Amino acid sequence: MKTVRLIFRNRLAAAGLVVLGIVVLLAILTPILPLADPDVTNTANRFRPVFAEGHLLGTDHLGRDLLSRLLWGTRLSLAVGFAAAVFAAVIGAGFGIVSGYFGGATDNVIMRGIDMLMAFPYILLALAIVAALGPGLFNALIAVAVVNIPFFARNIRGVTVGIAHKEFVDAARLAGLSHTRIILSEILPNVIPVIVIAMSTTIGWMILETAGLSFLGLGSQPPQADLGSMLGEARGALITNPLTSIVPGVMILVIVMSINLLGDGVRDALDPRLRSGALTRPRAATVVDRRAPVPAPRAEGVLTMTDLETQFHVGARVYRAVNKVSLHVAPGECLGVIGESGSGKSVTALSVMGLVASPPGVITGGSVRFRDAELIGATYGRLRELRGDRVAYIFQDPLATLHPLYRVGDQLVEAIRVHHRIPRAEAWDRAVALLKQVRIPNPESRAQSYPHEMSGGMRQRVGIAMALANDPDVIIADEPTTALDVTVQAQILSLLDDLRRERGLAIVFITHDFGVVAQLCDRVAVMYAGRIVEEGPTRAVLDAPAHPYTRRLIACVPELGAGRRRLEAIPGLPPAVDRLEPGCAFAPRCLKTEAVCVTREIGLAQAGNRAVRCLFPETDLKREAAE
Amino acid sequence: MTDALRLEGLSREFPVGKRLFGKPKGIVHAVRPVDLSVEAGETLGIVGESGCGKSTLARMLVGLLPPTTGRIEIEGKPLDTADPAAFGKRIQYVFQDPISSLNPRKTIRQVMEAPLKRLHGMDRAARERRIAEIFDSVNLREEFLDRYPHEFSGGQAQRIGIARALAAQARILILDEPVSALDVSVQAQVLNLLADLKRELGLTYLFISHDLAVVEAVSTRVAVLYFGSVVEVGRAEDIFRAPKHPYTKLLADSAPVVGRPLSAPEGRETELPDPLNPPPGCPFAPRCPRATEACTGAMPALEPQTGHRVACIHPLG
Ligand SMILES: Nc1ncnc2c1ncn2[C@@H]1O[C@H](COP(=O)(O)OP(=O)(O)OP(=O)(O)O)[C@@H](O)[C@H]1O
Ligand code: SF4
Ligand code: SF4
Ligand SMILES: [Mg+2]
Repeated sequence: MKTVRLIFRNRLAAAGLVVLGIVVLLAILTPILPLADPDVTNTANRFRPVFAEGHLLGTDHLGRDLLSRLLWGTRLSLAVGFAAAVFAAVIGAGFGIVSGYFGGATDNVIMRGIDMLMAFPYILLALAIVAALGPGLFNALIAVAVVNIPFFARNIRGVTVGIAHKEFVDAARLAGLSHTRIILSEILPNVIPVIVIAMSTTIGWMILETAGLSFLGLGSQPPQADLGSMLGEARGALITNPLTSIVPGVMILVIVMSINLLGDGVRDALDPRLRSGALTRPRAATVVDRRAPVPAPRAEGVLTMTDLETQFHVGARVYRAVNKVSLHVAPGECLGVIGESGSGKSVTALSVMGLVASPPGVITGGSVRFRDAELIGATYGRLRELRGDRVAYIFQDPLATLHPLYRVGDQLVEAIRVHHRIPRAEAWDRAVALLKQVRIPNPESRAQSYPHEMSGGMRQRVGIAMALANDPDVIIADEPTTALDVTVQAQILSLLDDLRRERGLAIVFITHDFGVVAQLCDRVAVMYAGRIVEEGPTRAVLDAPAHPYTRRLIACVPELGAGRRRLEAIPGLPPAVDRLEPGCAFAPRCLKTEAVCVTREIGLAQAGNRAVRCLFPETDLKREAAE
Repeated sequence: MTDALRLEGLSREFPVGKRLFGKPKGIVHAVRPVDLSVEAGETLGIVGESGCGKSTLARMLVGLLPPTTGRIEIEGKPLDTADPAAFGKRIQYVFQDPISSLNPRKTIRQVMEAPLKRLHGMDRAARERRIAEIFDSVNLREEFLDRYPHEFSGGQAQRIGIARALAAQARILILDEPVSALDVSVQAQVLNLLADLKRELGLTYLFISHDLAVVEAVSTRVAVLYFGSVVEVGRAEDIFRAPKHPYTKLLADSAPVVGRPLSAPEGRETELPDPLNPPPGCPFAPRCPRATEACTGAMPALEPQTGHRVACIHPLG
């Protein structure tokens, strides 16, 4: 259903569908339509014009009714094209699936065979096949199908390889399924959309190719009409009586165009990336739609966020991913932001520089200041000037920021020269110095490497070097070590720690690991369902958490050295941020919930340098501050 | 007491840069000959860094990957066919990525029925009953059965993965990073569930993880893998507190722990050895602060035969 709706959203595809529908309907109804016999000749009546009596589209060189021949021909051409597409799809997909699933020698043999087929120019191969089998429509069908098998085989093989390595295929083997069953019940349902896409985009060409063979007299044999043979027979009278060529020609054009338009629509509708709503290109900067006045900053820092609000508008739903978040970080300081998946850490980080994808992201309120400059609502040009220059990002997956096809040295040079007009050689020296600074051994030769030639830890160091390239004032690091091994993580963390001490860098460090926060961060903010629920100096928060969520989150993280034990789980799940109830978002999972917790908005209560958003905190912050 | 699982000289090599004809460019020893045994009812933790061979070892144990050498004995009986269906009834696998281990186009009921039908040939009524039983034990509601995988959170999907493994009625489960993809609060829920199931059903676990704290919290014994070899095996309460192998100590010192100051316990230039060009002798020698001439001679053996075993010429402690 969704697929059909998506196809109709695409105007051209819908038009293609309608036109094709009419043509197919006519072709189906041809036998019962009151048409003249397409094969009865009447040379006395040849080359009659359009609207001649009894011949709506006139007659051809043998006086046969053109309308009748056109419809019968269309019927035949469509049937042959469709049959060829099904034939090619079934055989090609069969080879592709077997080859991709079994891999190894089977794959090698099949794919070498396919390569051999592909080595011949397409039409030559088709001609050779028809020459070998003899002319005839059925043989033309075989020829067209065979030359299209490689296309299907290659496409489907690629997809199958991806699926065959998924864990659910291993799971099926362990559940006792045979290879045949796995192919039929696990692989096939997942490749069918790809097969449909491939068919819908090639069937038009197959009709054209069959027509081509018939045009050359190798397909349908007289007097049987198909679109190609009609064109072929009309060739002799092309100049004197163009009508007999135009009629089948226009029909071929209409069919192929409508099929291709529809095919593109089908492809777009079935493509999972486009399905998820991203049919439009994302904007260069997040859309800003602030209704309330810009709040004044309430804290000092190089980077100060005040009441930042970012939402995702998907259809009628509004996801409040970041809900009035205020954070600040001073030079040389490291601020930790901790929280579970979906709590809004990344969206907060991305909002700073307008990097949240729009649509669906919208910044709906608040302010972000870099020194004295307001960033929310700044022009794209201004943001681009600052991005990577004054405020730099490090992401969890360095491959996302590194281009796979360029040497890391060149990428660093590029990053520097975007912001500073210095000679290439000088930038290159600087790139090597940066690699050295992030302790990459042998930086001169490593600058010549491509990203894939480096280990994960090395790539992340290159990611940090990129972030440092322009000597920024602020680094926002979103789980930069989550994907790394502990020994490498320890190296990266101490590198970041040195950098902030040596250069006075301000770091916003996003993580879900309390150990990392404890070791690196001066202050920490805990996020839950898009809001800050607790904030304060790391030591104080970890030693005496004030919010029940913080306390229980700390308790459920196993810590090395505590021995074998049962962990304190937090039952339930964080709430979905598109359906937030009034009051405390943690209430459904909290052991101390009272009726008042869910009646009204609970503010972030500040006491000294700590703050908590809870009516019954675990630690009395006011008393603590007084002491 | 019989061992639930015994490995003798189990190893696996992969050719790299394979050509259609002729010899490959090189051979990677993903797992070097490993001898290990797991007692019935125990949880053996396996830790090591990425690329050290954890998953290769695990996949051999369930027959998804034929070993190059060595043998596997499950509950006293050797298994030498690499047929996952033969393994399936005795030993099962819980995957790291809960969502991708479920076929997106199958309902949970179809997923659960496969092992019951294929491995145990149960009829429809028996399957219904068994699924209800299993779902009850992993705290899942039966109404989930007719939904598709994408409708579940990571924690729920991982419970379904565990339920599927239980359906095969194997008594040994290989848990390959079962909680790495989950949030900490959900991670604890799943770990506790695993502990309960083990007690109730008398299961044996092989628990693979890169998170030392998690492994320590759930394991009876722990084996440390480095570069395809087991370098140390010992009781969970001892191994990180008083490591004998310098690599285990490095791991334990690198783990971020609240209250311990940040330090890079080793030089920043070090890198893992190149698998195509392994260093001679002890593979840890290039990174080891205790390395001597003798270390580069031959690969140290895991000694003694029982108890706290370590493969190092100059062990700590
Ligand atoms: N493109 C998007 N469309 C709709 N909702 C989104 C989109 N991106 C994020 N969200 C929602 O915004 C909320 C916050 O997501 P965010 O990525 O900031 O979480 P996070 O704390 O960084 O989590 P993680 O630890 O998994 O990285 C989530 O509820 C998420 O589902
Ligand atoms: S406000 Fe109430 S429900 Fe929320 S965390 Fe505090 S005690 Fe629990
Ligand atoms: S054998 Fe030598 S190099 Fe290897 S870990 Fe022991 S002391 Fe270090
Ligand atoms: Mg994130």
